[in-house]
Formats: sequence, C-alpha cells, structure tokens
Amino acid sequence: MTTTRSMPVGTGSPGRASIAARTLRKDNWWRAPLVTFILLAAWVIYATVRVFFQSAYFAPSEHYLSPFYSPCVTSSCQNGSAELGTWFGHFPIIIPYAIITLPFLLGFRLSCYYYRKAYYRAFWLSPPACAVAEPHGSYSGETRFPLIVQNAHRYFWMVAALISILNTWDLIQAFRPEGHAFGFGLGTFVMLVNVAMLWLYTLGCHSCRHITAGRLNHFSKHPVRYRAWTWVSWMNARHMQFAWASLATLALTDGYIALVAAKIIVDPHVSF
Amino acid sequence: MTYDAHFRVWRGDADGGDLQDFTVEVNEGEVVLDIIHRLQATQANDLAVRWNCKAGKCGSCSAEINGRPRLMCMTRMSNFTEDETVTVTPMRTFPVMKDLVTDVSFNYVKAEQIPAFAPPEGVAPGEYRMAQVDVQRSQEFRKCIECFMCQNVCHVIRDHEENKEAFAGPRFFIRAAELDMHPLDAGTDRAEFARDAQGVGMCNITKCCTEVCPEHIKITDNAIIPMKERVVDRRYDPLTILARKVRGKK
Amino acid sequence: MPEIETHSYDVLVIGAGGAGLRAAIAARQEGLSVGIVCKSLFGKAHTVMAEGGAAASMGNVNPHDNWMVHFRDTMRGGKFLNSWRMAELHAKEAPDRVWELETYGALFDRTPEGKISQRNFGGHEYPRLAHVGDRTGLELIRTMQQKIVSLQQDDARAAGQQTGASHDKLRVFAETTITELLRDESGAVAGAFGYRREDGGLLVFRAPAVIIATGGIGKSFKVTSNSWEYTGDGHALALRAGSSLINMEFVQFHPTGMVWPPSVKGILVTESVRGDGGVLRNSEGKRFMFDYVPDVFRDQYAKTEDEGDRWYTDPDNNKRPPELLPRDEVARAINSEVKAGRGSPHGGVFLDIASRRSKEFILRRLPSMHHQFMELADVDITREPMEVGPTCHYVMGGIEVDPDTGAAARVPGLFAAGESSGGMHGSNRLGGNSLSDLLVFGRRAGLGAAEYVKGLGGNRPAVPEAQVAAAEQVALAPLQRTEGENPYALHAELQQTMNDLVGIIRNADEMQQALDRLDTLKGRAQHLAAAGDRRFNPGWHLALDLRNMLAVSECVARAALLRQESRGGHTRDDFPAMRAEWRAKNLVCTYPEGGGGHVEIVEQPMVPMREDLLALFEKKELAKYLTDAELATIPETHGGDK
Repeated sequence: MTTTRSMPVGTGSPGRASIAARTLRKDNWWRAPLVTFILLAAWVIYATVRVFFQSAYFAPSEHYLSPFYSPCVTSSCQNGSAELGTWFGHFPIIIPYAIITLPFLLGFRLSCYYYRKAYYRAFWLSPPACAVAEPHGSYSGETRFPLIVQNAHRYFWMVAALISILNTWDLIQAFRPEGHAFGFGLGTFVMLVNVAMLWLYTLGCHSCRHITAGRLNHFSKHPVRYRAWTWVSWMNARHMQFAWASLATLALTDGYIALVAAKIIVDPHVSF
Repeated sequence: MTYDAHFRVWRGDADGGDLQDFTVEVNEGEVVLDIIHRLQATQANDLAVRWNCKAGKCGSCSAEINGRPRLMCMTRMSNFTEDETVTVTPMRTFPVMKDLVTDVSFNYVKAEQIPAFAPPEGVAPGEYRMAQVDVQRSQEFRKCIECFMCQNVCHVIRDHEENKEAFAGPRFFIRAAELDMHPLDAGTDRAEFARDAQGVGMCNITKCCTEVCPEHIKITDNAIIPMKERVVDRRYDPLTILARKVRGKK
Repeated sequence: MPEIETHSYDVLVIGAGGAGLRAAIAARQEGLSVGIVCKSLFGKAHTVMAEGGAAASMGNVNPHDNWMVHFRDTMRGGKFLNSWRMAELHAKEAPDRVWELETYGALFDRTPEGKISQRNFGGHEYPRLAHVGDRTGLELIRTMQQKIVSLQQDDARAAGQQTGASHDKLRVFAETTITELLRDESGAVAGAFGYRREDGGLLVFRAPAVIIATGGIGKSFKVTSNSWEYTGDGHALALRAGSSLINMEFVQFHPTGMVWPPSVKGILVTESVRGDGGVLRNSEGKRFMFDYVPDVFRDQYAKTEDEGDRWYTDPDNNKRPPELLPRDEVARAINSEVKAGRGSPHGGVFLDIASRRSKEFILRRLPSMHHQFMELADVDITREPMEVGPTCHYVMGGIEVDPDTGAAARVPGLFAAGESSGGMHGSNRLGGNSLSDLLVFGRRAGLGAAEYVKGLGGNRPAVPEAQVAAAEQVALAPLQRTEGENPYALHAELQQTMNDLVGIIRNADEMQQALDRLDTLKGRAQHLAAAGDRRFNPGWHLALDLRNMLAVSECVARAALLRQESRGGHTRDDFPAMRAEWRAKNLVCTYPEGGGGHVEIVEQPMVPMREDLLALFEKKELAKYLTDAELATIPETHGGDK
C-alpha cells in the first residue's frame, strides 16, 4: 500500500496553511489505535497458540468442542470430536486440525469492513487517528494487489455463514452429553452466547447487507428482502460491537473448554 | 459566567503564517464562532473567516479546533475548560487563502465531473411516483451541507496531495450513491463511475469522514461500502458479472 | 493592484439563492449567456435556512386544495395588501414549479401513494407544504445548484468535451459582491460593478439585463434569523439606480426564534413544530393563543383546545388551533404575554411538542430542530419544551416589479425576484410561500430578462467609464482611511437602533428617534475605515455593506412612520387598528436626485383587484378589509366558493 518518502507532503504541501505539527489534536487520540493494537495482537497470539496446541479442545463427556477445532477432520482428532467424520490422515504439528475452516474464518475477519478500519488504523497507521498525519509517503488504498483482494469479502462471508451453521451444530451437540438424551452445563451456556455473537456478527456483515437488498433500488417492490435488510442493517450498525464481542466469546469459549477438557475445572452440569 | 479565554488563531496566507495568541472575553452559551467574531470586531478587524448562517445549516465555517475538524458555529465554548488554550486553524487539506479561509474549489471541480441526475423518459413532471422507503437512503445523503470537513479529514488527500487528481472524496461518494440509489435516475452507471473516475477503491474505509460529519450522515456504512459492493458486482464477483451479462445489463 | 477585470453576459443574476438560481436556469434555457454573482460560496445562500417547505396546492394530501384556496389564504395572510396578480400567478404556478424540481433530481418526502407529501402550516387551509423533513430549503438550493452544474455539463458536451462542465455560457462568480449597478445615459441597465472577496479584485460585468435576487435585510436588526449576507444589497442597488421599493414598513418577525443562550438568540425554530402538533404556553402553562384570535380570523380557528387537537386527525370536521394563525398574529401574542409578565425564564414563551408527540415522531419530522436545541442549548425537545420568542425573519417589502415579468419599476433592464422584490406577500408572508415565490418569480424574472434582451437586438447599452471610476472610488474608500469609524461598532449600533425603535411594536416617537439616529449613523458612515488590505477583509466588506443597510433601514423607518395603522408585519401601539383606507395604498420609497442622500416616500394607490378574483371571497369577508366606498360597488349576492 505504501512506500516511504521524505519530501514535504500532505499537510505540508505547498499552498496549505504552514503548520509544522503533524496534528494539533490535544486529546488522547493515540489511545484508541493503541488499545486496538494490543487487543488484536493479544487475541492473535492466543488463537495461534491454541490452534497449534492440539490438545484440551474437546470435553468428551460434556460434548464441548472448541470453536478453534471445529470441525475436527483428521485422524489425530480426539475420540468423539470428529463429528463430520475423518477426512484426512494424521496431520503434522504445523497444520491445524480445523484446516478446512480456519483459513476462511481468518479471511472473513481480515477482509471485514470493520476490521479493515481497525487494523489499517492500529497496525498500518493509515491514518492512526482522524486528522493525524500518517507516516507513509504514498498511498494507493485498495486499488492494487494484495489489498484489491478485499473485494472478495462476500465469498468469505458465505463460507463464514456455513461455518456458523457448523458452530450451531456443535452447540446442539453440547446439549447431548455422553450417555444422556439431554443436558447442559455452564459450558453449554458459554457456547450459546458465543454462537449468538457469531451469528450477530456474521449476519451484520456489509456484504450480507448488500446481498439481502442493498443492491436493489426499489425496496418497495421487494418487501420480504427489504424486511430482511432492515434486520441486517440493525446488526450492521453494531458491527464493530459484535466483531469485538464475538472475538471475546470465541476466546472465552475456547478457554473454558480447554480448562474443562484438561480437567482443571469441573463444569457445573445437569443431565436428564 | 464571563471569563477571558486564551486563543491561538492561525493567521497568514499561502506564503506563510503562524499561530497568534489572543486573550478574549467569553460569555455564557457562546460558540467558537462568537469568539472569532469578537476578535474580529475588537482586535483584528481584517481577520478572515468564512461564515453564513451561524446555525449549522450552511456548512461555511469549517475549521480545525484543537486539531479536530469542526463547524465553529456548533462548537460550544463549554467544551473547553476556562484555562484551556483553544487553537483554531484553517482546514489543512485545502490551499489557504487567508487566515481561517481556505480555497475549497477542489470540491466544486469534483462536483462538476459527476454526471447529473437524468430524468426518466416518458414520465411527465407531476407524475413521479416514488415510495418513501425507496427515497430515504438517498435523502440521507442529501442532508449534506457541503461543509467539506469529510474531504478535509480524509487522509487519502489530506496526507497525499498527489491523490487529489484521482480521488473525489467522501462528499462525492455520497453524491454518486445518492444518484445510484435514486429510484428514477436514468443516468449512467454510478458504480462504474465511482470506481473509474472517483477512485472509490482508494478509500480504506477508516471512517474519519463519518466521524466528522456534522449532519451525522453514515457516509462509510451507507454510501461508500454499498458503492464498493456495487463495484464488486460489476468488476470482481464472477457470479454477479455473469448474471448481469445474462440479464443484459452492462 | 491589477486592473479591473471585465466580463460580458446577456443576463447577470445577482444572488445565488433560490430565486437567483431559478432565474439563471430560465434565462440559460432561453439560450442566453448568464453570469451569476454569489456573495458566499455557491450553495450557501440563505435559502438553505428555510425549513418548513414550499407551498403549492398540489392536493396530494387533501384533494380539496386548489390554486383558488391558496390564493385566498395568501391574500388573507397579507391582509389584502398583496399584489393580487402576483398572488394569483404564485398560487397557479407553484405546483408546476415544485414538480419541475423532481425532474432536476429533488427528493421530497412522499405520501403512501408515492406522491409528494404535504404538511400543515400557519395560515394555510390545507396541508400544502412540499417538504423534506425540516430541511426543505437545503433541498431546493442543492437541487438548483446541481441543475446549474447539469446545464454547464450540457454546454461542455455541446462544445465537444467528454466530461466536466463548461463555464462559457453559465458561470458562477463565488464570493463576489456587487456594489453598484451601471447604467447608460438613457438610464437603462448596462452592467454592474463589484469586487471579489478572495483577492479584493475589482470586476465590471457588462450585461443589458440584471436580475436582483439578493434576499432580505435582516442584518439591520439585532435579533434575526438571517445570515450575514442579508444586508439589503439588492434593495439598495435598485434604489441607487433609480428604481423604487414598496411596502418596506412590513418586516416579518417570526414568532419562534431561540431566546437562549444569548449567542444564538434569533436562530429560527421552524413553524413545522406547530404544524406537527406543538403548542405555545405561557409561564402559567396556559395555551394563550386562544385569547389572541383576531376578528378577521374568528371563523376559521378552533375555539377550544379539544377542537384544535381533533383537527390534526380530522381536519374536515374541526377547525385548526390558533397556534397556526399567520406569523404576525402569533409574534404579537408572544410579545404581549412576555410584556404581561407571563414569559419564560429567558424572556420568551414555551413551545411544547414533547408532551404532545412521541419521541420517534419528533425525531422523524423535526430532526434538525432536535439537533439544534441539543447542540446549542442543551435542550432535548423530545423531553422538555423549548423557549422561543420573535425574531426578525423576512422583509415583505422590496423592489417594485411588474408581476408577470419581474421587471423593476423605472429602470429598463433591471429585474428582481424573491425576497428582494416586493408586493407578493402584502403586509405579511405565510410560511411556505417564500420557497414557492422563489421558484415562480425566479423563473418569471429569468424569462422576462431573456425577452427583454432578445428585444434589444444588437442595441446594447454601453457602460459609461465615469461610473466605473466613481464606483471604484467608493468601493476603495474605507481601505484608504487609516483612521475612522470601526465598521463592526457602527453595525452593532445600527442593529440596536432598528431592534429597539423599529422593531415588532412601533410608535411615532420611537421611529422619529430612530430616524435621527440613522441620520447620525449615516454621517459617521462617511468615515468608515477598514484596517488591512484588500485580500479577504471582512472589515472592508462590512464597511461597504453598511451603506446598503443604512439606506434600507431608512426606508423601513420612514415608511413605518407614515403608515398610521397596524397591519401584518407593521404594528403600531399608537395606531393599533387595521384601517381600510390604508389598504388601498402602497408606500413607495425612492432615492430622488438631489435629495441630499435621503430617501423619499410617496403614497401610491393600488390597482383594484380583478373581478373574478374578488369573486373568490364572500362579501362578509371582504367587509373586513375594503373601504365602505369599495364595498358599495359589490352586490350582496357576491362571491365565495361555497
């Protein structure tokens, strides 16, 4: 996206009011990008560690499967966790067990219109905050490779929606603990909240909004799609909140299941 | 309730200038523009400032107050503490004319490049029928008062003078979106226009335009992103490209 | 300094508000080249401040509406002092002008059938105002601004350009002010002289036709809803060029302006608040407007709160609440309540919509009012009442024009439209009639000017060099004085004078005092000095505007002193009644040659109303306005629409 150059550019360009400061903002404008940076980085580190951890992701008696391992499709998967069957042989340590979904989930979040704002600001400082000069010499936005790939967001969304169905399936399994027709525990509740957040985030996607009815110019001729659009728009207006909430619940869900699977804590549970 | 405030106001022209210090009276309920007017009337008669309505409806008095783009007439002095220095500068993306006044002709040139609304053929004046749900998206964008603060804050041109040629800016993305979503516009394809002539692809949706909009228009979510998605339909999504070909759309 | 820049056009339009832009569109569509002079940036004109809507009897919401009802409402609102021909043209043509805007791309709010929605407003019998929330003026200005660009794009295409716009035949001179009209020896318009704000460069426009569309005069008053541009430039230009102003004593004080905090005092609170259900209360919580319904309107307004409230949902069987009386009545009533000690804490009254409509309704119908009060006064209008009081809003008086063509009296080649022209609104303008006025008479002035220019053939008046030199001298004088009067201080004194002495309630003593003070101010204005140079120098600009404000203020004060009655926007406590003998007269204001710089006012009889228009009123109603002699000629069986 950028290269560095040291000519007088930007607000220092000839003809503009000569003010030396990069910004005259006095508020703590650096706080939001810094917090974003820290939280996103922490999450990525946690997720990376967990994805390659390859244990403590499934609690067999409660039937809890971590979202980072869904679907588990290799022969290495723990007994009972491969709900969709075993598609591959043993994976080496460098390949995550949920290899068929994780790249799409990563792509979905990376190309998400909200996260783009977040990491362009916090990681690339382009710009770090409004009316604060960015440190790059030139800029071409999303017009060239690789960033032009952001335009594929709707395809990532479609796959992500399918994966949300899978997460919902995992949740249903968590209501059917080992040896019982029905049951639930605190973990079920944690997974329920997570799945709800995933749906609120996924369905509030800008591409989803476009596909439901955003691309139409006559809402009045498509009342059902228009109704759907108003719901999606409601979620879309809170896309940032759901993006963060779902990141948090993903980590919490995985963490909780890890603790239960590793028998560090005991899941409060009722079964019938 | 009256006190003396410390102001720093940029004075100068395209050849140079600097922040000058003033001490000036402030009364209850006043806005920054009142203080600038008091400076003008009592200490700096020729201080250049652009303003019209003083009610947040015309979008003339855009400036940067403590580094943030604001309408001077809508920024109340009660936002600041009595001992706080208030710094007022012209918008820093456009060439300065004098003091707080900038040359915003960039925006008028961009406006002239957008193909105008084209009335539908065979529909007589008075026969236009449009449902409220179909016009209200475009109506949101028509709330724009052309204060040009979104243009000013956009880093694509604020930090990169060389992009001014190829990039139309948020104000004109909402204009393109308004026309593209207009239920009766018979004009050219605005999405293609947004991509080819306006440079919508250069926008990295960092949302500063939405943050500064005094009319609270959801520029990014309701105009720019929908336009980007409409561009995807035409240029990047093989399925929609195919579908459009089959249905005979360009 | 560089020499004077010269431009030539067939038609020069001074003013880029609604009327000016509509005139420019009309003249350009007639094939003429048009220059538009715009005091601010293009698209910032005062028209953006109009909130409520444009009155046009399209009958979309109530099918009983038609031009005759609109005509009657307009004449009643103006207390029959209107130019009836203008009121007729306005009522007949307004719907076409509004519909035309849709073909330019305007997006009005819609009815469930998809037509243009219409809202209730003071003095209008039916819901009549085409609107976009409470930002209709913005929609008008933006629509016409974009239409101008679209015409420039057409010109570019015709010239073989692929994209962009051509300024050859239609050009906007932004941030440019005209200080003088130029005329040839015969007195016909030859052009105009002015300066550009950016660099102080001087300009001469050669044009055989000039259309004045400069708006109003509100900046002569302290408490006003008007922006800085409203300094009566067009009024004064016409006066100095030998034309005449009529009805200048009629200044509309909008009943509802903000009263607190002091720095926003005067900012408009739209009449739509009342049209959509808001009511006025005094400090005792009483809806006092029921006590202020004048006899002429007694039959048309509700007598009880219940009936008034029922009217919003069932207008066919109930009468409208008196909060929706014409603006002059409401403004006077508020003034009386405050004087009687029943005002709100900051010297206004309460305007309450919070207790009467849901939060959602208020946010949808009055979004910018909600925003305005929230940002400027910390008042949430969905939860608490607003405090409001009268504010100088509009001048009914203006350049005397031919109703059909907009041609100004006494000066060939001069035209006027919009607020700067007079007659259309009589003694009081109805809300919503000004946006439609701009469209109807803007177009007519554009066509009138085009016809005039075509009629001249090649015989165009020449610009006399001596006038240019004189204009230059006047324009630069404040910059050449190193010491003298501070324009800002003088302006503040003028505003205080007009506000205190020629304000909403007037009497002879105070107006005489005002005239004396104006005389002194005029003398001091000879010594205005502007510090700094010619580049974007507001002190200099104000010094030049002050000359116009003083001339216009004098017209207002003198005419107001002469008119010994109370009518519409002219209320005298020494002559509190409306007097029929004054109805048939216009007061005409001119600048006589050799008059020592004083304006002169003469009475001028009005043309009697055409019979078919007179027949639209019942004799009973006419009796409230006409003199006995006039009434004697009207048969008992006369008129009415029933």
